[in-house]
Amino acid sequence: MSAASSEDVIPITVEFSGGLEMLFSNQRKLDFSIAAKDESGLNSNVAFLVRYLCDNVMKDPRKDLFVLDDTVRPGILVLINDADWELEGEDKYEIQKGDNILFVSTLHGG
Amino acid sequence: MAPSPCAVCQTNRALILRPKNHQKLCKPCFISVFEAEIHHTITTNNLFHRGERIAIGASGGKDSTVLASVLKTLNERYDYGVELILLSIDEGIKGYRDDSLETVKRNAKQYDMPLTILGYDELYGWTMDQVVEQVGKKGNCTYCGVFRRQALDRGAAKLGVRHVVTGHNADDVAETVLMNLLRGDLPRLSRTTSIVTSTPSIVPSSPETTSHTNIKRSKPLKYAYEKEIVLYAHHKNLDYFSTECLYSPEAFRGSARALIKNLERVRPSAILDVVRSGEDMAKLVPGGNESCGNGCGGHATIVEEEEGGCGSSNGRTSGGEMASMEKQLTQTEVAAEEGLEVEITTAGTKPPNPPDSDAIPLVSGKKGKKLKGPPHGARKQPAKQTMGQCARCGYLSSQEICKACVLLEGLNKNRPKNSIEVSYDNPEESAPTVNSHEIKCTIVTQISEVEKTKGLIYNS
Ligand SMILES: [Zn+2]
Ligand SMILES: [Zn+2]
Repeated sequence: MSAASSEDVIPITVEFSGGLEMLFSNQRKLDFSIAAKDESGLNSNVAFLVRYLCDNVMKDPRKDLFVLDDTVRPGILVLINDADWELEGEDKYEIQKGDNILFVSTLHGG
Repeated sequence: MAPSPCAVCQTNRALILRPKNHQKLCKPCFISVFEAEIHHTITTNNLFHRGERIAIGASGGKDSTVLASVLKTLNERYDYGVELILLSIDEGIKGYRDDSLETVKRNAKQYDMPLTILGYDELYGWTMDQVVEQVGKKGNCTYCGVFRRQALDRGAAKLGVRHVVTGHNADDVAETVLMNLLRGDLPRLSRTTSIVTSTPSIVPSSPETTSHTNIKRSKPLKYAYEKEIVLYAHHKNLDYFSTECLYSPEAFRGSARALIKNLERVRPSAILDVVRSGEDMAKLVPGGNESCGNGCGGHATIVEEEEGGCGSSNGRTSGGEMASMEKQLTQTEVAAEEGLEVEITTAGTKPPNPPDSDAIPLVSGKKGKKLKGPPHGARKQPAKQTMGQCARCGYLSSQEICKACVLLEGLNKNRPKNSIEVSYDNPEESAPTVNSHEIKCTIVTQISEVEKTKGLIYNS
């Protein structure tokens, strides 16, 4: 990613809460840049982001607590700039510069 | 996707998609609709009475935090005239409750409610750490689960409070409905759907004398989706605490909870539909008194403590129980996961469909044609348990001495009741093979919802 120019990456903020942060080394908020295009050269969407998080950010081996059947596990809410991702096209939503994407678990006890 | 306007105010951008009806709402409209619905639940079921003191079973978790916040708001907005207090239970596991109790303490300040934290030591004379020391790591969750079931009621009685509200939500209720349906236990299903339940508890009226009373339990969030509870907490910026790994992947996979969440993903209204179906079925159960109208005062459904270990002890079946059932249900679940269409075919109930179909079914002699009589599995009759009270503590029990008192007796005699152990699928060979992290994790898992020491634990 170091060779990529700023044109090729999108700076975003990703947050985890509701207990999900425990799967991500207790990080609640991450600011980073993601490639503007996915593996197939298409605009990066949330599905790509989720794959990226799984492969590059999540150290916890229990991937299936985050992703199931190639999508975010049922019971985990995804908010894109505070809006339910179901209003935004779910994992087909194309990531925009400065987006805030929040993953909240409803599965953890409290 | 173009932003949609809010369905209520038609002005703001919609941020919330309601699972129950697909309504798109903006943040302020969502918050007011959510609160209005809880108010509706409270008033139509006559949950509260003016002047009542009500203890909120508080854990610092999302459900009880949202419950406390909403009840405070509604009590002020609609002048219920009730006095709200927070009641938390501390099992006495060093370090385990620290964060959640800190959250509850902050909540007490934020909501300006008095808080009482009662320890297992105060309620039972034993902390869980002491129990573990005494009985070892194996089987200690039995104690924790049994003690937890009574803790809120005992705690409320101690405080002279007759009404405990818990944060059970629609997902919790739907889960127990499904569990009881899968078990074929309609009587229990009937009890679990009740929004108000009642358990006799002992009240120390003076140091020497005690009197019995019923502690009322209710679930104001019974029709609230867990998703909306979490969204409410998020959009109102509520301060709540999430416990560690409620579900180990193994336990969660194939659990009723997972099924509920999968159903919701496919058809969001399913959760409330299951709750309503549970209520409708409850009406068909003899003796089930959902039909008496939840608000009819003294007629709250009586529930008794449930068998089983911690894992099965509340609205969420996080393991043990479901794990054993999972085996029997593998087929069903595979089907459910693949198509969410579960067709249950039971040979015994198939109509005989003989060629000479004019034959009267009463004609005997042919196998499989009997319409009456005990069906194949020799089903349990809707058990009419005789509910009495524990001779020792006064708590509701079908035995002379309730389970907690039996366990306490064992503890107090310095002789662990080792016959009572939660059986796991793969019983560990012996305690020493379990590493300490696992033990901690097990304990955490099993009690992770003490806050959610909520009504369903009696009937789940
Ligand atoms: Zn609005
Ligand atoms: Zn007793």
